[in-house]
Amino acid sequence: MLAARVLGVLGVLFVLSIIVFAMMYLAPGDIVKNLLGNRPANPDVVAAVREQYRLDDPVVVQYLTWLKGFVTGDFGESIRLQVPVAQAIGDRIAITAALCGLAFLVSVLVAVPLGVRSAVKAGGWVDRTGNALSILGLSAPTFAVGLVLLYLFAYYVPILPVYGGGDGGLDTLRHLVLPAITLALGLGAIIVKLTRTAMLRELESDYVTFARSRGLGERMVRRIALRNAAIPIVTGASLVLTFLVGGTVLAETTYALPGIGTLLQDSVLFKDIAVVQSLTLLVAVVIAVIALLADLAYLLLDPRVRRQMGAAS
Amino acid sequence: MTVLVEGLTVIGPAGTMVEPVSAEIAPGATLALIGESGSGKTLTAKSIVGLLPRGFRAAGSVTVAGQALPVDRPGDDAAWRRARGRSVSLLLQDPFTSLTPVHRCGDQIAWTVEAAQGHRLPRAARRTAVEERLAEVNLPARVADAFPHELSGGMRQRVAIAAALASDPQLLIADEPTTALDASNQAEILDLLRRIQEDRRLSVILISHDLGVVRGRTDQVLVMRGGQVVERGATAAVLAAPEHPYTRALIEADPVVAARSGARIAAEEAAPSEVEPLLACGGVTKAFGVRTVLDQVDLTVAPGAIVGIVGESGSGKSTLARCIAGLEREDAGSIVLGGAALAPGRGSRTPDQMQIVFQDPYSSLNPMMSIGAILGEALGVAGRASSEVPGLLEMVGLPAEFARKRPAELSGGQRQRVAIARALAPGPRLLICDESVSALDVSVQADILALLARLREEIGIAILFISHDLAVVRMIADSVTVMWDGRVVESGPCHEVLEHPAHEYTRLLVAAATRENAVPAEGKD
Repeated sequence: MLAARVLGVLGVLFVLSIIVFAMMYLAPGDIVKNLLGNRPANPDVVAAVREQYRLDDPVVVQYLTWLKGFVTGDFGESIRLQVPVAQAIGDRIAITAALCGLAFLVSVLVAVPLGVRSAVKAGGWVDRTGNALSILGLSAPTFAVGLVLLYLFAYYVPILPVYGGGDGGLDTLRHLVLPAITLALGLGAIIVKLTRTAMLRELESDYVTFARSRGLGERMVRRIALRNAAIPIVTGASLVLTFLVGGTVLAETTYALPGIGTLLQDSVLFKDIAVVQSLTLLVAVVIAVIALLADLAYLLLDPRVRRQMGAAS
Repeated sequence: MTVLVEGLTVIGPAGTMVEPVSAEIAPGATLALIGESGSGKTLTAKSIVGLLPRGFRAAGSVTVAGQALPVDRPGDDAAWRRARGRSVSLLLQDPFTSLTPVHRCGDQIAWTVEAAQGHRLPRAARRTAVEERLAEVNLPARVADAFPHELSGGMRQRVAIAAALASDPQLLIADEPTTALDASNQAEILDLLRRIQEDRRLSVILISHDLGVVRGRTDQVLVMRGGQVVERGATAAVLAAPEHPYTRALIEADPVVAARSGARIAAEEAAPSEVEPLLACGGVTKAFGVRTVLDQVDLTVAPGAIVGIVGESGSGKSTLARCIAGLEREDAGSIVLGGAALAPGRGSRTPDQMQIVFQDPYSSLNPMMSIGAILGEALGVAGRASSEVPGLLEMVGLPAEFARKRPAELSGGQRQRVAIARALAPGPRLLICDESVSALDVSVQADILALLARLREEIGIAILFISHDLAVVRMIADSVTVMWDGRVVESGPCHEVLEHPAHEYTRLLVAAATRENAVPAEGKD
């Protein structure tokens, strides 16, 4: 079953790679001109580009060459930056990964306890406040939240940096706080809702009644219920992780962070096709891996599924 | 050590739900609380452990071994934590849901021990404690490492009993402890409870809708109806000479009593006919992964016959029904209806061939649709006009006004009638009833069985009646097929199978159906 799942993911990635490759031809304008960027178009350079991208070969060969490059880590050359794409991405991926990781951590650490608390005291003030906050978090667009926080912290309470990525280490971490909160708000809102719903259902179940009737303390009962609720929460949360991928473009742009998001935005505006292709496919791979990990988490969390998988393989 | 219940009352949002109940239970004695759903028996049980649903509260007093339980203070967590587990414990109906599915059985038992002692136990002591409790319920030590889904229903309920008793309570409330189990497990669990109870001098309140459970295993009985105790007394005396009309009705409706007297709801068994069968299954085989659930199953249903299939859960009887209805695809074998072979799956079925009525009338009807819309939709599938809805309702004994109601306004029995009407809408030749009366109270059960028998008389429909309860099947079926572990172990006319069961498993079912093995409570009954 897991093997089938991996094969399915590979199939999806294969189809995506064809679409991404086709972008080169689908982009408006002459393909050589697009690949040249703002370099002067003399015959020598044109010939070099045609040679480099094998434009004279059949499309299938071009695709296979390109795919081989992608798989082996050779993503081509960025027209705008005049460096290999791998290097351009490598320089920026750390800050984006840190941003996404921090945002995920913040949202889980705040949202799960808030969701549990909301479910345990359903209708109480924590529940109502949490509900209002999560509606706000769900409905406010990331860029709007970003701008509000930016305005607030740049002007009224200038305690956190609002521009750039800092000088590494703790300074970078400080620079990441606001963008991470911006991203975490939307993500956290979904996790609060997921946790609350799952916990409410678990707290209604027979095993909770049975546990209470045996004299188990309320904290223990909540732990047991949360362990059961973890199955829907983890699968749900890992799926909304993909939300971060889109959100990071907006957050990085708002706070001028030199990450993958700004690289993607600049490359799209500049028609830097090699970078856009690589980033698009990279994002697809990341999302596919997250979805696979979600399945694995399911396997770890639910002993019933574990046995079925064991029997099927 | 005596348990004293005085004026225990449950008050809900709409007023008093349970009128004051009083009782006294000696150590080692069992009080039975019997009644149908809505009688207030479960509310009474939950009030004693302080776990009433939101909006409900209790009044009165319950004293266990001289210590008063805070029944009228549901929010007093500190007092309840001292009382729950150590004084009183609650055993629930369904072992499939009362244990958490993602924790090992040993941990679930250990939690109770640790809660009672107020601290965590070191590893070795924890293990020893768990193994002791498992031994008490006749389970091997390896069960401690198993997850609940790796155990059978009977073993799971044993784990639940071990967990409920691990805090050494003086009063155990068992709420329908065997209702979710198969005939073969029911007697074992009840006898186990009885033995533990005598060893520990434990007081038990046994809640049941099933007179068979109460008979021979309890000392005193309270019969409840609509929140009131209508009759009370020594169990044997009440069952032998019921005074209240409701108690009499309950006893008469009990399939076990009928099984002993030989009473039937349907007309006498039709003689096996020579006509071509309506349904003929030959060598039907089905596996889920590596597990074979149907192994070369043969089955025939004559036109207008009622054929019963009996077996415990996991015996493959529901899978067979689903293969016949096309809801599962069989791996091998043939299913022939009215002379025409049907390929596996729904693609080869039409609505006028067969319809299925499921067990749970609460989940099989769309709560957002009116009854009229539900039936109109089913009629539409067969190209019939929705003006036939009143006729359909009449056929199942419901007034035409019900078309405007929604499922939530109906009782369980009424919903099951609607489910039957929906199944009849396309005019099927075969009606498959998969445990269709198992979720209903005994008196309602008898009404639905009578309806099925009447439908057979009036419209000549053939019925495949699937149940885990031989006592119910024998009231209605002409012939019966007994399934065990995916195979047919016995089949034949109902009376022959009942009177001369050939297979060992059938003998066990027959014994369970007539409660011949019920152990009398020595000297107390």
